[in-house]
Amino acid sequence: MSAPVLFDVPGPKARARIRIGTAIGALVVLAIVGFVLVRLAGNDQLDPQRWAVLFDPGSGVPQALAEALLRTLKVAFVGMVFATLLGLLLAAGRLSDHRWVRIPVTTVIEFFRAIPLLVVIFALFFILPSFGIRLSAYAALTGGLVLYNMAVLAEIFRAGILSIDKGQREAAFGIGLRKSQVMTLVLLPQAVRRMLPVLIAQLVVLLKDSSLGFIIGYFELLRQARSLVEFFIPQFGNQYTFQLYVGAGLIYIIVNVLLSQLAKLVERRSSSTTTASRNAVVPANTPSVTGAAGGPGS
Amino acid sequence: MQFLIDSFPLLWDAFLTTLSLSLLAGVLALVLGTLLAAFRVSPIPPLRGLSTFYVETFRNTPLTVVFFFIIFGLPQIDFAVGFFTGSVLAVGFYTAAFVCEAVRSGINAVSAGQAEASRAIGLTFGQSLREVVLPQAFRSVVPPLGNVWIAMVKNTSIAAGFAVSELTASMQRLSNANAGELLLVLVAVVVGYMLITLPSAYAISRVERRVAILR
Repeated sequence: MSAPVLFDVPGPKARARIRIGTAIGALVVLAIVGFVLVRLAGNDQLDPQRWAVLFDPGSGVPQALAEALLRTLKVAFVGMVFATLLGLLLAAGRLSDHRWVRIPVTTVIEFFRAIPLLVVIFALFFILPSFGIRLSAYAALTGGLVLYNMAVLAEIFRAGILSIDKGQREAAFGIGLRKSQVMTLVLLPQAVRRMLPVLIAQLVVLLKDSSLGFIIGYFELLRQARSLVEFFIPQFGNQYTFQLYVGAGLIYIIVNVLLSQLAKLVERRSSSTTTASRNAVVPANTPSVTGAAGGPGS
Repeated sequence: MQFLIDSFPLLWDAFLTTLSLSLLAGVLALVLGTLLAAFRVSPIPPLRGLSTFYVETFRNTPLTVVFFFIIFGLPQIDFAVGFFTGSVLAVGFYTAAFVCEAVRSGINAVSAGQAEASRAIGLTFGQSLREVVLPQAFRSVVPPLGNVWIAMVKNTSIAAGFAVSELTASMQRLSNANAGELLLVLVAVVVGYMLITLPSAYAISRVERRVAILR
């Protein structure tokens, strides 16, 4: 059902009302924005000098933020690659004919989907050392992202594989392919293609989650901003605090919006070839224990 | 065992903090998200735009950044909030975007005939949404809303980074103090989350079956 069914095409009176509503709405939004700006200005946060520090190479801030962005992207990229590969393996494992493969794999997937990502990261960072394995913040963050997202991606791949028409599988067996060949040559390529938009959406979630590095002290964008703040405090006090945090936050948002737009583009491209993809995001027999693909990651 | 008994009060407090944080943020997200979904299908273009902007912004912002803006940004416009209140607001505002998307998909799943019929008997936009479309939409979005709820419970763990002593924070604290019992700490915290998520999942599937519309 598309929205316009809910109301008639507005006539002259309704259009007038809508115009009034628009004006009032715009005024309210403007009032809120204005209020925020006035308060910010009242606290001297809008002083151009304070914002200039974000762009002044002499202060070292742009370079530091750029490096932090690179570190963020590095964690996200490494996490994406390993999570995707392990997710593929786990998905194949969960669909295996052998119970001794299927049951442990299912347990692993459900376990990592059921606990918060931050708990996984904390476990790697604080608990592994007591067993003699000391991970850096980078390794703990990447490891946590991989373990958590491989489980989510495995479910996405499984949904994709199950959504492929049964005939494909039967035909593949019919021409004499082996089980592994059916999976790798016939089912997976179609499943990955069909699931690409969901996949990219989950990768956006992964990129967003890399900001958890802040909490365990990996120098991603937010942490970098904080260390810059702490660096500036002895000289300038809190003069640049707000600006640095806003800058770091904005970089995150911009990168994520770009990736989301890519997802939309891919979806539009692929929607002409597949129609089942959206109906098959979560297969009927997936227990709704955890936020599946498209659910709010952090 | 002794260790678990000793730290039980701390863990119980942490569990209650996680639970109340989740419930408060959940109510905020549900109300705000539904409102945003109604905006999204409304006849007034600026409301549609506002809702789209809100959803796109919050879906593309890491929750940690939302926490940051609320806990350290709001004081800059003279609205200082406490860490707990700030966490409720951050998780609630963030999740509202996902609730909006879920409810909107539910509205889209209601067959067009329903809306046409309610328009035909002369209900206004607000009436047809309230009396006809939303009640049916909510029935069909129980599973996705349930997923959003469970993901949100897990997301409250980020409040640990912002001085709220909920479960994940207690894990950090206990594991610093009790090096010998680390696995127990991990198990206790995971059980704490599961005490919320597993009954929720069960309740959701019960509710889903009960309110499902048989077509």
